Amino acid sequence: MTSVAAARPAARSYAGAFRRRLGTLPKHVVVIGLMVLWLVPTIGLFVNSFRPAAAVQSSGWWTFLIHPSQLTLSNYRYVLAQGGLLPAFVNSLFITIPATIIPLFVAAFAAYAFAWMKFPAKNVLFVAVVGLLVVPLQTTFIPILQLYGTFGLNGQFLALWLAHTGYGLPFAVYLLRNFMGSLPSEVFESAEIDGASPVTAFFRLALPMSVPAIAALAIFQFLFVWNDLLVALIYVGATNPDNAPLTVILANLVSSLGSGWWYLAAAAFIAMSVPLAVFFALQRYFVRGIVSGSVKG
Amino acid sequence: MDPRLITAVIVVVGVPAVLVGYIVATEQLLRLAPERVKPRIRPWLWLLPAFAFLFVFLVYPTIRTFIYSLQNSAGTEWVGLRNYFWFFGSSGALDALLNNVIWVVLLTGLVLGFGVLIAVLVDRVRYESVAKSVIFLPLAISGTAASVIWLFMFSYQPPGVAQTGTLNAIVTSVGVAPVTYLQTSAFRFNTIMLIIVMAWMWTGFGMVIISAALKGINPELLEAARVDGASEWQVFRRITFPLLGPTLAVVSTTVTITALKAFDIVYVMTNGAYNTNVIANEMWQEMFNFGNFAHGSAVAIVLMVAIIPVMAFNIQRFRAQEAIR
Repeated sequence: MTSVAAARPAARSYAGAFRRRLGTLPKHVVVIGLMVLWLVPTIGLFVNSFRPAAAVQSSGWWTFLIHPSQLTLSNYRYVLAQGGLLPAFVNSLFITIPATIIPLFVAAFAAYAFAWMKFPAKNVLFVAVVGLLVVPLQTTFIPILQLYGTFGLNGQFLALWLAHTGYGLPFAVYLLRNFMGSLPSEVFESAEIDGASPVTAFFRLALPMSVPAIAALAIFQFLFVWNDLLVALIYVGATNPDNAPLTVILANLVSSLGSGWWYLAAAAFIAMSVPLAVFFALQRYFVRGIVSGSVKG
Repeated sequence: MDPRLITAVIVVVGVPAVLVGYIVATEQLLRLAPERVKPRIRPWLWLLPAFAFLFVFLVYPTIRTFIYSLQNSAGTEWVGLRNYFWFFGSSGALDALLNNVIWVVLLTGLVLGFGVLIAVLVDRVRYESVAKSVIFLPLAISGTAASVIWLFMFSYQPPGVAQTGTLNAIVTSVGVAPVTYLQTSAFRFNTIMLIIVMAWMWTGFGMVIISAALKGINPELLEAARVDGASEWQVFRRITFPLLGPTLAVVSTTVTITALKAFDIVYVMTNGAYNTNVIANEMWQEMFNFGNFAHGSAVAIVLMVAIIPVMAFNIQRFRAQEAIR
């Protein structure tokens, strides 16, 4: 657009430049307006998390501009000490880290086999694995609850690690197989000629070369598990609140607090802290993960 | 020792050790086999963990749930399609289904509309990456946290009292009575409000993918049209938009599946009260509030049947895309 405008000599005049500036004004107004629209809800919560209970209940968050001195850390001190948020934070880590690592490894093994090993019915099996993407988690809850019941797994971290592994696999195998399959075959052939075992080829070649796909998948799975409410509610939240992650505690706070929500804001921000940190630190990988994750839904 | 510390050690050291140990152990085991047989056994050992997980957590439960949906709630006798007749005859379940239809249509429309608008606009400003980050940010947080954020936005105080919610403060400042956003069910107003929360989260998803597709369009194509005298709107309408078609299809199918599975926001914000229920929450209530696993199973199967065609289309599209890459 600008290159065409610059080609016209008249546009170089002061009036022309001014008119052009004015012409771009609506687009800036709309973009900045949308940014404000998207930010205000989060900013409102952020400010409220620093305001005392009485203030939150009697006035809006924007009044902090008039009374900035009222801002306090007491909500955070309260939720961390008495609100049970600190153990829930640790629980979320305990749940999320293995629930990210296990499916990655298991999927990488399978993806490597699908990409570089020969066995009968390979394509049919791969399509079957990908086809399992259609299964909504809801169809699995009742039988798995019963299965866990017989093994005494309900309420354990292990229950969530295993379930999230199963749920995350179809997509992880699919993505990793496609990525590993696109690696140059000469690398694996020469490794085999040099007498390297498949285990060596996998750990020394396939895994390091697949880092972009693995990083994207890891972030995707990490956030999916960290942000998950439904699965945690089913297998842990209902039976063993001591092992419940942040999302379950937060959802309980909403229903139990009624109108006394002043420390809900601080609790929500603690729950959001890790995803936000991941987002700001690894935005590029994160975006790639989301884009490639578009098939999962 | 503190049990938490033991868990932490298991989490950080034990789990990876078991996984790496498994694959190393299979190779040790294969040494015992004759050379000729090795390549025939090896793939299955590498696939075994994945297949075991997939069978136990997806295949078996789905078959089991389908069987439950054809039995009575005690699981003692076959009842044919009676649970499905219940679903399509119960006003509560149908209401939830209707809400899901509204979710699908409106959420897809909002995410596509705002996604295209923002992707096209930020392409022309210098602070593109900042603007994109801002729009994309809500996708990183949980539906639960998003619900809390918007509970504060929707907060209601009776008229005459200072409004603490952002939206009602704006509404009352122009002289309109405060609105009960989540309790007003006329014209599904409150369901629409819940969908707006989800759209706030998911617009970034649409924007990122559409924006990537926009950058892939050959600029010479657009330039040629402009030289021929096409207006910006015509360029968008006749060239950019048709070229975005496949991308928009992928975004809408993904968002459709998201809308069909919607749970967190409804569970946290209204728990289905005031006619805002959706299928996923209906299933939760059948299972845990009423303990009726037969009804719950039928609801789950209905959900799966609704997802299958959309997902099949999505995988097909995605495979086509991979093939081009």
